[in-house]
Amino acid sequence: MPVVALKEYVGVARDRVENFNGKQLVYASWDHHLLFAAPFLLCLAPQTTFAELLETALKPLLQADPDAAAIDWHAVQWLKGNQPWVPNFDASLVANGISHKDQLRFKTPGLNTICAVS
Amino acid sequence: MDMKTANKKMSAKDKYRLLTRDLSWEPSYRTEEEIFPYLAYEGLKIHDWNKWEDPFRLTMDAYWKYQAEKERKFYAIIDAHAQNNGHLNITDARYLSALKIFLQAISPGEYAAHKGFARAGREFRGVGTQVACQMQAIDEIRHAQTQIHALSNYNKFYNGFHAFADQRDRIWYTSVARSFFDDAMSAGPFEFMIAIGFSFEYVLTNLLFVPFMSGAAYNGDMATVTFGFSAQSDEARHMTLGLECIKFMLEQDPDNLPIVQGWIDKWFWRGFRVLGLVSTMMDYMLPKRVMSWREAWEIYGAENGGALFKDLARYGIRPPKGWDDAEAGIDHMSHQFMLGLYQWSFGTSFHAWIPSDEDLQWLSAKYPTTFDKYYRPRWEHIKKLEAAGTPFKNYGLAKLCQCCQLPTVFTEPADPTLICHREVEYKGDKYHFCSDHCMSIFDNEPEKYIQAWLPMPALFQEPTNGDLGAWMDWVSLKDGQDNGDFADSQDRRNFEMWRGMATSNQ
Amino acid sequence: MSTVFIALQTNEETRPIIEAIEMDNPEAVVNREPAMVKINAPGRLVIRRETIEEQLGRSFDMQELNINLITLSGNVVEDEDSLTLTWGN
Repeated sequence: MPVVALKEYVGVARDRVENFNGKQLVYASWDHHLLFAAPFLLCLAPQTTFAELLETALKPLLQADPDAAAIDWHAVQWLKGNQPWVPNFDASLVANGISHKDQLRFKTPGLNTICAVS
Repeated sequence: MDMKTANKKMSAKDKYRLLTRDLSWEPSYRTEEEIFPYLAYEGLKIHDWNKWEDPFRLTMDAYWKYQAEKERKFYAIIDAHAQNNGHLNITDARYLSALKIFLQAISPGEYAAHKGFARAGREFRGVGTQVACQMQAIDEIRHAQTQIHALSNYNKFYNGFHAFADQRDRIWYTSVARSFFDDAMSAGPFEFMIAIGFSFEYVLTNLLFVPFMSGAAYNGDMATVTFGFSAQSDEARHMTLGLECIKFMLEQDPDNLPIVQGWIDKWFWRGFRVLGLVSTMMDYMLPKRVMSWREAWEIYGAENGGALFKDLARYGIRPPKGWDDAEAGIDHMSHQFMLGLYQWSFGTSFHAWIPSDEDLQWLSAKYPTTFDKYYRPRWEHIKKLEAAGTPFKNYGLAKLCQCCQLPTVFTEPADPTLICHREVEYKGDKYHFCSDHCMSIFDNEPEKYIQAWLPMPALFQEPTNGDLGAWMDWVSLKDGQDNGDFADSQDRRNFEMWRGMATSNQ
Repeated sequence: MSTVFIALQTNEETRPIIEAIEMDNPEAVVNREPAMVKINAPGRLVIRRETIEEQLGRSFDMQELNINLITLSGNVVEDEDSLTLTWGN
């Protein structure tokens, strides 16, 4: 049962993509880098290229971590929706299959200055 | 020698029968289903409402008498607090952050509980239940009022208190407590009772109020000790109501067990997440600490909750599904949370700070297996950034859990170095969670939780559309006054100056 | 045996009540914390009106306990003569 109710009940999702003025949400997080307390919430146009996402949205947020400067962006391992995934840097979010509220994760093995890795 | 007066009073049992049970009647021209339309749809089977027992057998006349006495005691102290500059007697102004969070997130919850119990008192059928719910409804509004009144004395002098009601609706961290109560109030009356009466009042309220009041006592805050105690004196009755309620449901029909167990699983976890805020207060925000969050959990969570669930095992009830994961999170949650509150303090209507060396030492001692390994290095790095003149602010807004609405700061149960990522797809949209338990609550009633108003995604929608300044105006947050690091706050400067004036002749 | 407990505010009204509880419950452990007294007992704790009245020197209504009560743990059975807290196992 999708909800316990007296009669048929259909909810309205609050965070539908139409509500974001033509943009979409993307979540991004850097595994084992917990100086940043939670995954970042980014709000971007779907035409944004993946390279732009990195340069203009993500990289500025990562500066506070001492490992940030050492990231080799072409060597990092990506997950999308918790599944291994390879981005095309020059393609847009849409072309990369990054839809509204997708979660991207990236791993940088060997970089663990602040956070011990279990 | 004192003479004992002859006891002419009715026995408590007789009085309770006359003043409570006797208030009900059998409907004659409307059906029971018409009068109590919400009793059946949750699936609970009740055969005899008269089996409801109120162990305190409190009647309305006695209720008013004792509540009036509590109010007199409360206002005597509130007056003394105001007349004697009680706001300068607290240990130091860091303590105020705990009060601000309480006023913004918890006091509105008292008001929500008032509305919920007023409704439950109408929707339940048995008169014993109705009267107990009505008393609790009055208690809860009294709590909201006395808390707001007591803390209004602080609002005369300090930032961050002035817009608690707007912030309850609009700022991000308060939505955690708000959604908890909204979820309970939009459920049926039986689930509401398990949510608030049992899980929150019985299992968790001790973890909120007892450490909070002791914290106030340790930190010289007479006003809060008083409203805390005044409220807490009602809690024993609420807890007992919650426990009686669950026993009643379980005794009425064996088919009720799986439904009740499901609610216990859900509401234990939701309550536990709300209490995350309390963990930061105990471990970080009290200048003079009472005990660690871990120690409080041992006494009021593990030991007391353990005894309770052992007792309920005779009905077939087992401890909540999330119990072990909660236990595993105890040594981590306050640190994960406080690190978040610090880096997002540009968006909080209270101050956060970097713990002093002495505080770090205390945390190491209280959390020997986790703090130095996982959390101290982060604080040390943040301290370095501060010393270099580039204090750490995380302007990447946080991903929130669709169920508990907290930033997803929590790590995998088996790996404290990795954030717990959980997501599901429902009707073509993705939803994210902080934990397996929040995800399973969603899975059980997705049509309810897709409607959640999550403050971080909302910031990019109407009316603020991603503009942080416009958002601050919208949430009544005065930038540079209400928010940011305690170290250079107006609250700190004022407190130190006024205290200096109060303790010297300069 | 699970621990039952009751916590009362520290004040002049509760001092004789706490003394009465100690007299009636030799196994009880009294923890005095700031502003609060928490009394633990293994499995069962009983609070008797008569003992309280002897300590207070006046008659006492068990429901007066409500005024200074902070919290409790255990199944509650109350009548005009006593309040008992128990855990079944």
